[in-house]
Amino acid sequence: MILMILILVLLFGGIAAGFSGRMNTMLPRWISVGAIAINLFISLWMAAQPNTNSSPWLLQLKLNWIPSFGISFHLALDGISLLMIILTFFLGIIAVAISWNEIHFRVGFFHFNLLWVLAGITGVFLTMDLFLFYFFWEVMLIPMYFLIGIWGHENRQYAAYKFFIFTQASGLLMLMSIIALYFVHGQATDQYTFNYFDLLGTSMNKQTAQWIMLGFLAAFVVKLPVIPFHTWLPDAHTEAPTAGSLILAGLLLKTGAYGLIRFILPLFPEQSAAIAPVAMALGVTGIVYGAVQAYGQTDLKRLIAYSSVSHMGFVMLGVFALTEIALQGVVMQMITHGISTGALFIIAGLLYERIRTRDVTQMGGFWKSIPVASVITLIFAMASLGLPGLGNFVAEFLTLIGSWSANKTMTLIATIGIVFATAYSLRIMQKVFLGKSRLEHHQSLADLTARERLILLPLVIVIILLGVHPQPAIDLAKDGLQKTLNREFQAPKEPKIINPNYQTLTVPATEKGVHHE
Amino acid sequence: MNAAIADQALMLAGILFVLGLISVLIRRNIIFMLISVEIMLNAAGLAFIAAGARWGQPDGQVMFVFILTMAAAEVSVGLALILQIYHQLKTLDSDAADKMHG
Amino acid sequence: MKDFLWLIPTLPFLGACILIISGNANLPRRAVSIVGCGSVGAAAILTIVIMIDFLTTGQIPEYTVIVNWFSVDNLSVPIALHLDTLSLVFVFVITFVGFLIHVYSIEFMHHDESFARFFAYLNLFVSAMLMLVLADSLILMYLGWEGVGLCSYLLIGFWYEEEKNGYAARKAFIITRIGDTALAVGLFMLFAELGTLRIQDILTLAPQQWATGSTTPVTICLLLLGGAVGKSAQFPLQTWLPDAMAGPSPVSALIHAATMVTAGVYLIARMNGLYVLAPQAQLWVGIVGAITLLIAGCSALTQYDLKRVLAYSTISQIGYMFLALGIGAWSSAVFHFMIHAFFKALLFLAAGAVIMALHHEHDMFKMGGLRKQMPAVFATFLIGSASLAALPLISAGFYSKDQIIWLSFASQQSNIWFFLAAVVGAFITAIYTFRMVFLTFYGEAKTSVSHMPGNLITQPLVILAVLALFAGFIELPHTFGHVTLFSDLFSTTLPPVTLRPNVESHEWIIQTSTGLLTLVGIAMAYYFYVIQPKIADDIHASTIETHRFWYAGWRFDSLYDAIIVKPILFFARVNKHDFIDKLYSALVELSEMMSALFSRSQNGILRWYIMGIVAGAVIIITFTLIITP
Repeated sequence: MILMILILVLLFGGIAAGFSGRMNTMLPRWISVGAIAINLFISLWMAAQPNTNSSPWLLQLKLNWIPSFGISFHLALDGISLLMIILTFFLGIIAVAISWNEIHFRVGFFHFNLLWVLAGITGVFLTMDLFLFYFFWEVMLIPMYFLIGIWGHENRQYAAYKFFIFTQASGLLMLMSIIALYFVHGQATDQYTFNYFDLLGTSMNKQTAQWIMLGFLAAFVVKLPVIPFHTWLPDAHTEAPTAGSLILAGLLLKTGAYGLIRFILPLFPEQSAAIAPVAMALGVTGIVYGAVQAYGQTDLKRLIAYSSVSHMGFVMLGVFALTEIALQGVVMQMITHGISTGALFIIAGLLYERIRTRDVTQMGGFWKSIPVASVITLIFAMASLGLPGLGNFVAEFLTLIGSWSANKTMTLIATIGIVFATAYSLRIMQKVFLGKSRLEHHQSLADLTARERLILLPLVIVIILLGVHPQPAIDLAKDGLQKTLNREFQAPKEPKIINPNYQTLTVPATEKGVHHE
Repeated sequence: MNAAIADQALMLAGILFVLGLISVLIRRNIIFMLISVEIMLNAAGLAFIAAGARWGQPDGQVMFVFILTMAAAEVSVGLALILQIYHQLKTLDSDAADKMHG
Repeated sequence: MKDFLWLIPTLPFLGACILIISGNANLPRRAVSIVGCGSVGAAAILTIVIMIDFLTTGQIPEYTVIVNWFSVDNLSVPIALHLDTLSLVFVFVITFVGFLIHVYSIEFMHHDESFARFFAYLNLFVSAMLMLVLADSLILMYLGWEGVGLCSYLLIGFWYEEEKNGYAARKAFIITRIGDTALAVGLFMLFAELGTLRIQDILTLAPQQWATGSTTPVTICLLLLGGAVGKSAQFPLQTWLPDAMAGPSPVSALIHAATMVTAGVYLIARMNGLYVLAPQAQLWVGIVGAITLLIAGCSALTQYDLKRVLAYSTISQIGYMFLALGIGAWSSAVFHFMIHAFFKALLFLAAGAVIMALHHEHDMFKMGGLRKQMPAVFATFLIGSASLAALPLISAGFYSKDQIIWLSFASQQSNIWFFLAAVVGAFITAIYTFRMVFLTFYGEAKTSVSHMPGNLITQPLVILAVLALFAGFIELPHTFGHVTLFSDLFSTTLPPVTLRPNVESHEWIIQTSTGLLTLVGIAMAYYFYVIQPKIADDIHASTIETHRFWYAGWRFDSLYDAIIVKPILFFARVNKHDFIDKLYSALVELSEMMSALFSRSQNGILRWYIMGIVAGAVIIITFTLIITP
């Protein structure tokens, strides 16, 4: 029941925010913060509960919806989804807070859309019914279209259309695959159902499985995005308002990655192994291509957007490496990329509010006037280039070390890609903060206000925390990932201990289930 | 009614229909086009009555009454539109009313 | 005392945290200096206490597991520290020299408005560097490895308002990162092959797993060498270090001379067990060292900027350390590292004092005559130079470098080319070192001295000068004294060097001849730059092309620019609007074209539509008639 409450709170919160906007412009903001905060609290509370189940599923809810077609309202939560919804609510609150001063018109409708996108995302992370999954997939799309199209920058209409068409077209391919899977399974077993658990292990011939998988894959790789389906992303990220960019980069892209882990791998184990080399090659191309493209951009938000393409390449690489270490890396990458790139978008938004441009060639030497913002940007630039001690390093390192055994060439190229990441991350620092101050004499640049510091500080803390103590997140995702890899629950492999001196100093096992983000 | 008369009546209906159609196609004055449409409707009505009489069924006459009412309604709407067109364009030339081109 | 080991890297880290959080404005300079120097000083004292403890009780390796960092599947990474004699020497140099440089910086940076920021970075650097050398697993070492890279970036670009400093910093970061990529791949391979990344486990497992000279250890060792080459500015990734001189002088002394750039030496020395299994890779270590020490030495001969001379000489001296590692003279490499840290830090600090005294003038040809004006700086600089040039018998540098030259002749793993490179390198070193001394401190004064260094600057100089003179006596060659205090430390941690049979009788010949060669080099420098400056000009004029070539660091920068940087930048610039997007735009244009085509038929003429209906009806009826007979 808790799971349904999570979604309902957002849906009704959205409606309430939408209506209250007519009365007062502050009311929708507070309603949104309140609704998301309730959810964040609930999900953190769930994370703090020890998992007593023997299965990786912590919670389930199954209600009949349209039984004649085998459609049910089926929600379930495992460690991976829990991590993802915590991220969703965490970034959700920040998205509301960051638009506090940015959005001036149709405030109610803005927050309605914001909360409905979040509801859609939450639904995507929780549903175990493919029909419902597609439903939430669409719920997440349309409000996002409005967010970009109404409150975006100059070229918002174009970007919103592009975003909509790319995701909608690929989503329809997924719908076709869902329906095909429904019939294939129905004909084989005479049980027509959209239930994820029933559809697992549907027997079908290779050709069919291949095509059905490609349909799913289309939706996920466009969302992720993987080269060559990435071109909606720079436009959408650049034109969206800050909160929109934050949600796009931090959460929407993650639904693609989540789909790969939750659906592609378990539903089509053989086919995913078969296309792994191609998929990894695409991922690696994305890493390098995205990074080179990022370096060439002069629009700050566009630069960050291309860095997302590059980072999501690691997801593709890691997922199709099909090893537990790489998958852990992918889950970490989903979280840390959401936070680090989200933070960079926030900073780009704050700079835009101050100087009314996103063009880096018009920036420079801001360190002196805004030292706090500079240090925070430095931290996230370092995160983005994978500096150890920050979360992204753990993610990228695990992805790469896990992929090495799967495909050495690809891993090698991906590792070289990190050099490019260094280049574009440092370019941000160089162009915006270092050098001679480009401000005119009469211009002044205010450093972060208390509200802005309050927004960025949690992001800094979380990214450092994930860098130095990622174990809670890793433990939380572990069971789900092992299940994904079709490994039955086995005792974790003991780390090799050779040197006798170590035996007295074994690492204390972290208690399972006690997790704080 | 025997089959031969029925055939002749249907033939007449066909001729009337084609005349109406041709006149719709070649006339540019909208009022004449409307009248031509009326002719085509009446041709269809005639065909219904002939067919009804041939098989001794009342359906043909039912359909004709139906067509009559429909034609009346259509004419009133049509005339109203024509009046509007005339107000707007100061002409009854249908080719002048091409504002809806793609 | 081992329980307090974790405090050594933690103290400077805390110092950095305090300074970062308190921000620029809130702390008075005195408090910043106390936090900055105090934390490193405390770490230094702790190190010395642990060292004494270590030396008196002779306890061998210690481990301190602090916490679990992360563990997935069979990959487990604890944050654990490992202390043995090798790391102890490094920790000692880092904390002790680091402390002196911190003290020096109080005065050197006193007028800088970002005083607190400077100490924050410096403290962060010290803690990352300590993490690097104390790390028990390669991943933790990688943390330190990247951490020092970050600090190096921040400190090279410390005076960020000068645009070129930022670019120099970026260059340093990116080029070292290229090396780090190799290192990272090496880690992946090690983990894939051995299933662990703890250094001691690797060293235990490797000989059981692999035969000497098999492909896997050779590949891994070459990859690790790649990392070392990047960090230690060795051929072919040496180009970043001369530009890194954009940072303040204390930074050059600490990071780009004494500690960070020797991380590569530490890495290879630390993984000695692997290199023993991979003689081919070890040979490459030597080759890299030999090439680097020669090309950097030649470049040092031609520089005008005082700090760039020192930078090239650092590259060259680290080349010696690599050469020593390559020929299996492990402890000699570490010995040279320690002595080099003393005298090179001294030289950089003294150079900093000179530069500060002359209104930030870097060009040696605009200096001169400072011998009388700044006697204390002159004396210490001279001692440092003597040590760098390896002035026979009285300088510490002589003992460390002589050992490498001798072993490059005598070691089983060496060859004649290594020996020649070492000897020629020593000769070049003597010339450029004293060229620098004579240009700066002799002749007539060309720029007036504005600011005399105070106590906080001269005292660290004196202490380092004492070390640069006398630290060599803890390790004396067989031919006289035969003291082996230093190499004894490594009896268990590093393998001994194997000598070729019957070479010992040649030792004194080689010592005497290299000593003489050094003296000749100094004499030549004296002749060219003090007695007959014209000749130097003549030589310069006759070899202008070579001079330019060497001055530009053998044009490696232009080469890399042309083959790597430019093509990538060109692609990025040309493709700014992403050619893939053009595919989708083409799709859009196609549908717009079709739409335009079909909308022609929608011409708004009523009769045209009726015609369409009629034609359609006729066609359908005709078809129906044809199909149904």
